[in-house]
Amino acid sequence: MFLKMADPFFQLTDIAKAYAGVQAVQGVNFTVSPGEVIGLVGENGAGKSTLMNIIGGVIEPSSGTIKIDGVQRQSLTVRESMGAGIAFVHQELNLFENLDAASNVFIGREPLHGGPFRLVDRKKLKADVQPLLDRLGVDFKPETMVSDMSIAQRQLLEIAKALSLNSRLVIMDEPTSSLTLVETDRLLKVVAGLKASGVSVIFISHRLNELTQCADRVVVLRDGRVVGELEKIEINHGAMIRLMIGRDLKALYVPPAAKPGEAMLKIVDVRTATYPERAVSLSVRQGEILGLAGLVGAGRTELARAIFGIDKLLGGSVALNGESIHIDGPRQAISHGIFLVPEDRKRCGLLLDVSIAENIALPNMQACASTGLVKDSIVAANAERQKERLHIRAPSVTHEGGSLSGGNQQKVVLAKWLAMNPRVLICDEPTRGVDVGAKSELYEMLRGLADAGVAILMISSDMEEVIGVSDRIAVMHEGVISGFLERAEFSEHNVLQLAVGGSIH
Amino acid sequence: MFKKDIGLLILILVVGTVVAVINPLFLSAINLGNTANLVGLFGIFAIGQAFVIITGGIELSVGSIIALLGVLFVDLIVGHEMAWPLALLLMLGLGVVIGLVHGLLITRMHMQPFIVTLCGLLIYRGAARFYTQDGTAGFGFGVSLPQLEWLTTGRTFGVPHSFMALIVIACLMWVVLHRSVFGRYLYAVGKNEEAARYSGIRTTRVIIAAYVISAILTAISAIFFAMYTRSISPSSHGNFYELYAIAAAVLGGCSLRGGEGSIVGVVLGTILLQVLQNLVNLLGIPSSLNFAVMGSVILIGVLADQQFAEYRKRKSEAAGKTIVA
Repeated sequence: MFLKMADPFFQLTDIAKAYAGVQAVQGVNFTVSPGEVIGLVGENGAGKSTLMNIIGGVIEPSSGTIKIDGVQRQSLTVRESMGAGIAFVHQELNLFENLDAASNVFIGREPLHGGPFRLVDRKKLKADVQPLLDRLGVDFKPETMVSDMSIAQRQLLEIAKALSLNSRLVIMDEPTSSLTLVETDRLLKVVAGLKASGVSVIFISHRLNELTQCADRVVVLRDGRVVGELEKIEINHGAMIRLMIGRDLKALYVPPAAKPGEAMLKIVDVRTATYPERAVSLSVRQGEILGLAGLVGAGRTELARAIFGIDKLLGGSVALNGESIHIDGPRQAISHGIFLVPEDRKRCGLLLDVSIAENIALPNMQACASTGLVKDSIVAANAERQKERLHIRAPSVTHEGGSLSGGNQQKVVLAKWLAMNPRVLICDEPTRGVDVGAKSELYEMLRGLADAGVAILMISSDMEEVIGVSDRIAVMHEGVISGFLERAEFSEHNVLQLAVGGSIH
Repeated sequence: MFKKDIGLLILILVVGTVVAVINPLFLSAINLGNTANLVGLFGIFAIGQAFVIITGGIELSVGSIIALLGVLFVDLIVGHEMAWPLALLLMLGLGVVIGLVHGLLITRMHMQPFIVTLCGLLIYRGAARFYTQDGTAGFGFGVSLPQLEWLTTGRTFGVPHSFMALIVIACLMWVVLHRSVFGRYLYAVGKNEEAARYSGIRTTRVIIAAYVISAILTAISAIFFAMYTRSISPSSHGNFYELYAIAAAVLGGCSLRGGEGSIVGVVLGTILLQVLQNLVNLLGIPSSLNFAVMGSVILIGVLADQQFAEYRKRKSEAAGKTIVA
């Protein structure tokens, strides 16, 4: 009972893109018809971003053809993509917070007064923006400052900007990930409005319910390939999840040498600033790797930061080895043997233009000194020992941390803590930006540490890693633990279900 | 010694040689003694400035602190007949307080160092002028403080004691900055405050300590300056000294982005600045051009240094590539 879509105006044929030998996407065929809403789903790393960046002209495909309005070409530039009426609403919004709504929409294209000074015509600017805002039914004015807007309003402003460019295709990358339910509803209405006026939308989302509501068609990516397309009537939760998974990820697993011991780290009713009214409780046992899965924005990093003392705990208690402890800052956490390998290695983990040796010694400088004076010989000897132990591939420990590959940088961050006898090690996305070889080395190290009695909490968005490395999995969804999985229950299906807020029973 | 320091030393030697060739008076004992005295006076607070700049901050109130503490010191001794050791301790204590206030405002209140210390510059200058009602504070002819005068303005074997004080302080601070755990923390905070925090360094304490060290060293030089000039007119005493300090630090290899700099460099930077002043006098260049000469040399020096650093980087990157391949 639905209309046959008009012929596609945008067509990707047999698109492939490889990075240093790794196929990010391959053999992708993808079409967009006018007024069509396409849902795009897939796990982290399935190739969604690469594909969208090819459409946006940011990335040049290795092979394949792009056809727009019947004109065939090998690749697009950003300018050509924009010229063809394609607009991108990024997850991290690209707005000038210090300007108002109207100025943002027409940034770089401001209507000007005549005369020698070519000043901005504020009146015309507002008059031009108002109809766009009316079309979207927004609750802010052209002169509202972006800094005073909510995330939802900013998103609508980005869409207004896309409309002002006469866009035919708007790509939205997880637009609802930081919206409330009411805001999400309104956004879905806007999407329907765009569709009604003939604008096509590619809607990337982890929230499958939204796609069942708004999409005409869902394209599922896995490992860089299109593994299935669902027409309007076929779109449902189960069908999408079935397509997204389908690998045997348990093969990677190395079981612990001994049965995990007592709870080493136990947190009860802990709340953090991102979800102040939601409490989290979990415990990690000695010798165990607890995977903490969930979608981006579920509050996992915030939990790790709070346990490590970077952010304030808003409530709840933390106990180490049965004893209640108070953590007031990273220094206390470190003194208790609770260490964090942070998510953002370059900003928080390493001093990029400082030597490897110095980086490794930093949290433990007192131990490399006598009477307050640092002994460089001890710093170097410690670093050599860790370099040996972790197989850090660098010409020497005097090299700068930033000169290393991602995997070796991560080993340096680990080395900082290994020299200090960890009791609890929290790893936030330990293998992000790490090549395959170094990945398996890092997994081996984590298992080795666990077998030596360390309790490991591993935050990961990489399904393969979560299922292949963890002894037990906790899944977070919007600030709460939505479930725990024992090894027997491990499956992509179960993890995904819990991550999107569903239940597995 | 860093490569940067050697470059600076060579520059000083070249400038010095040129001046000496044109006007042999440059190497006379009197001229060298006077220059050394000035190097001592300016070098002490320049080292303080370097500590702050290494954390990525800046201290603009140096000149005003020198004026305020100067008039207070003189007035306590002359007006209130306080024993000089006590007055000296009081001034050092006041320095600690000023540094603490600056550090706390910057770390706890999250204010920008530039703004905090700019307000300090205005406030201390105003306080100094108000305290003396814009009059001059000085030790009249009758006042004689032989020990203090010997300590601050005396000479041993022709070497001014201010210069010796600089050498002692520089050695001490060299150990603190380049050898102590605190020094490592200071560089780490300046390079990447976030990563330092994640490594368990109490970054706020480190930053506050830098401002306190800077203020104490400034207080010490305030006393040397008060004894050197013997009379202080609070509206002009110490004017622009913060800029001398920043210039010396930057010439000496400090980056205003933080995380870089050395004690040897700062001392050499101070020496270069004083040699340049001396050059203006000895070569008969109109003294109105004083600042212009200094500005040009700093500009060219920093520019050349950056170009050279980029060249070295390119070269090492090219070398690195061949190793990897």
